[in-house]
Amino acid sequence: MSPKTLYDKIWDAHVAHEADDGTCLLYIDRHLVHEVTSPQAFEGLRMTNRTVRAPDKTIAVPDHNVPTTLDRANAATMTEDSRIQVEALDRNAKDFGIHYYPVSDVRQGIVHIVGPEQGWTLPGMTVVCGDSHTATHGAFGALAHGIGTSEVEHVLATQTLIQKKSKNMKVEITGKLRPGVTAKDITLSVIGATGTAGGTGYVIEYCGEAIRDLSMEGRMTVCNMAIEGGARAGLIAPDEKTFEYCMGRPHAPKGAQWEAAMDWWKTLYSDDDAAWDKVLTIKGEDIAPVVTWGTSPEDVLPITASVPAAEDFEGGKVGAAQRSLDYMGLTAGTPLNEVEIDTVFIGSCTNGRIEDLRAAAEILKGKKIAVKRAMVVPGSGLVRAQAEEEGLADIFKEAGFEWRLAGCSMCLAMNPDQLQPGERCAATSNRNFEGRQGRGGRTHLMSPAMAAAAAVTGKLTDVREMM
Amino acid sequence: MDKFETLTGIAAPMPLINIDTDMIIPKQFLKTIKRSGLGVNLFDEMRYDDDGNEIPDFVLNKPQYREAEVLVAGDNFGCGSSREHAPWAIKDFGIRCVIAPSYADIFYNNCFKNGILPIALPQEQVDVLMKDAEKGANARMTIDLEAQTVTSSDGEVFSFEVDAFKKHCLMNGLDDIGLTMEKAASIDTFEAQASQSRPWV
Ligand code: SF4
Repeated sequence: MSPKTLYDKIWDAHVAHEADDGTCLLYIDRHLVHEVTSPQAFEGLRMTNRTVRAPDKTIAVPDHNVPTTLDRANAATMTEDSRIQVEALDRNAKDFGIHYYPVSDVRQGIVHIVGPEQGWTLPGMTVVCGDSHTATHGAFGALAHGIGTSEVEHVLATQTLIQKKSKNMKVEITGKLRPGVTAKDITLSVIGATGTAGGTGYVIEYCGEAIRDLSMEGRMTVCNMAIEGGARAGLIAPDEKTFEYCMGRPHAPKGAQWEAAMDWWKTLYSDDDAAWDKVLTIKGEDIAPVVTWGTSPEDVLPITASVPAAEDFEGGKVGAAQRSLDYMGLTAGTPLNEVEIDTVFIGSCTNGRIEDLRAAAEILKGKKIAVKRAMVVPGSGLVRAQAEEEGLADIFKEAGFEWRLAGCSMCLAMNPDQLQPGERCAATSNRNFEGRQGRGGRTHLMSPAMAAAAAVTGKLTDVREMM
Repeated sequence: MDKFETLTGIAAPMPLINIDTDMIIPKQFLKTIKRSGLGVNLFDEMRYDDDGNEIPDFVLNKPQYREAEVLVAGDNFGCGSSREHAPWAIKDFGIRCVIAPSYADIFYNNCFKNGILPIALPQEQVDVLMKDAEKGANARMTIDLEAQTVTSSDGEVFSFEVDAFKKHCLMNGLDDIGLTMEKAASIDTFEAQASQSRPWV
């Protein structure tokens, strides 16, 4: 048999039909649904008298625009249009008989955190969701990617997706990371190296010692941002850590089925002599704690660097860099660690898991914030409960952070959690686009530990100085 | 879905790279449960000031581009969020074709599902068409999907590539779901086999 990549193996196991021109119907094992990108899809089903083909493989949870304030049980905390979307999801989940975690359920949270937590996401699966950060689930060695609403409707109706195969790209992070360097720094550094379109047309497999050394939480952070590099999906081969994470989760297989699953999961790796269309190798020890300075996730620099000048770039990027600098209100040559911060946001599907909260709390212990406002939004109700049990919530609250309920919150600011024009935010989320966190808001992306450090000093800060 | 065969129309120039879907349709407009009506909010934050007044300098506010049916833009168009509201807004405004050196994957696919043709051409050719678009309303471009060509107002012809299946669906206004359902037997067979080989799914 010819050698295959991990992507080849998962792909081959899910082709339900292949046309002569290579267009395939890819069978979908898990379809995750949230309130913002699904109403039109369910509406489409109703209009055409179609049903959900595999309701037992379809899981819905409201996350994008639910309030994260403690009083959210009160319907008045939601704007009219948000409430309409959440109610539409309530109704659609019920009418079509799909699994559902309503706002009132402690298991509710960001769809990409709930899926793995509940054992819906497992190695070797195909996972889709009407959300670009579906790539997160690739951390389990699952082929996972975002789809548009028409495709949501297509998957609901047929449990398949019309797809052509992408190319294979290998991103290897060799050796060990230095202290203070995290999964977020890896994934931002990769995008800094490839650019936001560097992965377009590819599925990326992340490998190498530094990736193997990461926890499952860290691996999810890495894969989460594969889409920011333009890739269709990010993947990490499953190993003992993966199996251990999955074991005993509510929807993971048990007993003989677990054994059977393990037999297959253990074959899910790229063969030694598999062919790659593109390879990128980065030394783990060369990665520094990084922050973004501009309005594209590729605008990445080590915290020790200074704000670049537009002329440092080439081609179309010169104008884009100037536009970014103007928008961000930054002057070329300013050391990044002198940039003052107004707000800190810790949360999102990139960094809203328990390990992220632990890393931030570690820095915040016994300290107070020096920013106008700071908030922690746990990725799910269960993450929140665990953080309370571990005493992390108290550390955040004593430091001056708001301790919120689970949801997407200020990652995309669809609920009232928004930046004001000109407000500068240290954020653990994944997008620093213009207006992403609120019109005129300025976002610097970084790791949870770096965001915590910025909260303490009121400036972008090298977390290594606080360790 | 609307068919796309040929189009002759005004092209609006947007010489920016990395135009993301947050720019195309900001999140405050994602709260709709309908597909239509988003055109007035296309490029909302670039198009209107804080009081909701049009910013006269923005290309789609200029008199000569208000009826644009083609958009010429920079590299990596449509990156970021998967929101299909982006093509819905583009279509609702009246734009049926985008021309750029490259696109983000999900956006590119979403276009075809909504009767929009995204054309990728090499940077030099996009540069020529950008100049052409800058001439204003008299410079109409012609896009012929059957022939896979874009013709500038000067009569310069550029050929583009498009996936044969996507072209077929767009030209005939075919609904993907209907097409897939014709293959229901294959899906049934696959499902039956998978329930044996991977029963835990
Ligand atoms: S946390 Fe942010 S990136 Fe993640 S699903 Fe929610 S809005 Fe999208």
